[in-house]
Amino acid sequence: MAGQSDPHLSIFSPSEVEFVAEDEIVEIVPNIRMDALNMICGDFGPFFPQIPTKVPLWLAVALKKRSKCTIRTPDWMTVDRLTQVLEAERESPREFQPLPFHYIEISKLLFDHARDDISDAYLVRSLIEDIRDVRFHKVETGLETISGRTHAVKLKNLSAMEVNIVRPFMVRTLQAFYKHDSPQMIQQADNTGSRATPVTDRGPRRDLRRR
Amino acid sequence: MSSWDDEDSAAAAEAAATDVELLKRAWRNEKAAPEILRFDSPLVSRVREQIQLLVRFSLSVFLLDRVPPLHPPPAALDLTGVPSPGVVSFQEETLDDFADSGVDDLVVSLYQMDLDRTLFLLRSYLRLRLQKIDKYTMHISRSDDLLSRLSQQERRFAKSCAEIMEKHLEQSVLSKLPYGYDSVTRQSLSSTEDDTVPEPQLDTFVFCKTKSDVGAFQLDDITSNLTNGNEDVLAIISSTHAWSPSAVILSDRFWSVVTHEEAIGWLDMKPGISTSKLL
Repeated sequence: MAGQSDPHLSIFSPSEVEFVAEDEIVEIVPNIRMDALNMICGDFGPFFPQIPTKVPLWLAVALKKRSKCTIRTPDWMTVDRLTQVLEAERESPREFQPLPFHYIEISKLLFDHARDDISDAYLVRSLIEDIRDVRFHKVETGLETISGRTHAVKLKNLSAMEVNIVRPFMVRTLQAFYKHDSPQMIQQADNTGSRATPVTDRGPRRDLRRR
Repeated sequence: MSSWDDEDSAAAAEAAATDVELLKRAWRNEKAAPEILRFDSPLVSRVREQIQLLVRFSLSVFLLDRVPPLHPPPAALDLTGVPSPGVVSFQEETLDDFADSGVDDLVVSLYQMDLDRTLFLLRSYLRLRLQKIDKYTMHISRSDDLLSRLSQQERRFAKSCAEIMEKHLEQSVLSKLPYGYDSVTRQSLSSTEDDTVPEPQLDTFVFCKTKSDVGAFQLDDITSNLTNGNEDVLAIISSTHAWSPSAVILSDRFWSVVTHEEAIGWLDMKPGISTSKLL
């Protein structure tokens, strides 16, 4: 379609979003003894049996897969906290509740690899899915309110995965509105004329020369 | 592992804690921005050094009292290029040889994972930039400012890319067109500017994320708060335009609207956030 920027360069695949999320710190309880790890991305350990240690999520999952540790569920992933969040989400139709930025990725990785470390895993999982649904429904409703007058959009408390899902669509929508609607706005400005700074020329469009 | 030089690895590790973060940020910015950004060559060379350090250390640790390696050591690591696939697979092969002892096996695989992650970031970053150069070759080659944003190797790449493309176009099509229409950069002699050169669309919307508390800013008559870190994501148009003051405020809580120049000017002024910190 004419006038669209190439989406391929700016798209994060879900795996890439998960990659970024894997650097989040979680707490584990190792069951082995291991020396400190001096890695490019940081220093972790040394590891002693039954002593909780903080490590990045990818390291925790790797150790868990080899049965060398148990992962402590993050505080926000308890049934109580999540029920609170879900209720708050349902009650405020225009606001998002504060949640960890990578909550979707963290919860998915923990469910896939450390389900036995989560208490009431089934309940927690269904709570998180409900929260995701409610939030995304709000995103969709909000999208309907974008019009030609939108210059920027503020999204408070949206999480990484949710941002990534709407990103291509939102960018293209805003672009399309900007392209088609803005001359009318500039005319409007001339009519109201309340601003000291003059509306400047938008500059040459990069069209091929018309014959 | 006592054969590690403690001081060295501690110092290296401290610098590394921020280097991978910096690289990740550079990678994200490069992904989100429509045009090519400045090449951070000190960062890239530091990361490359650390990768090589890690490869050498793990080899020195696990080569003690072991069977000598089947291939020459990586002394000939190419310091001007990305570690070639040969280097990493060499390390993999050597590590495979020692995959018997229990904890060693685990530790080796963990270091390998860390190495893989860093390599992925580095490679993806470089590959993204090459894609952009490839896409906008002519545009980049003609602008000194854009050329200065490339690394030395990228400049060579851009130059040869442009030459090859020009040559190909001339040979296949342009030489057969009548005089006046055979320029690579212009449709015809009467074009006022170079209009066959694709340029990145700069007036596109990007997602930004506030990195620290930037407080309130004026949104026409309504003051709105961009509060700390993980709480706000703001989509802003990235070109410079003056907008009408009658920009509609949709809602000051959920979907708020700002005028572009206010947002950009204001963002540049506040510490902790700049228009280059794109999400």
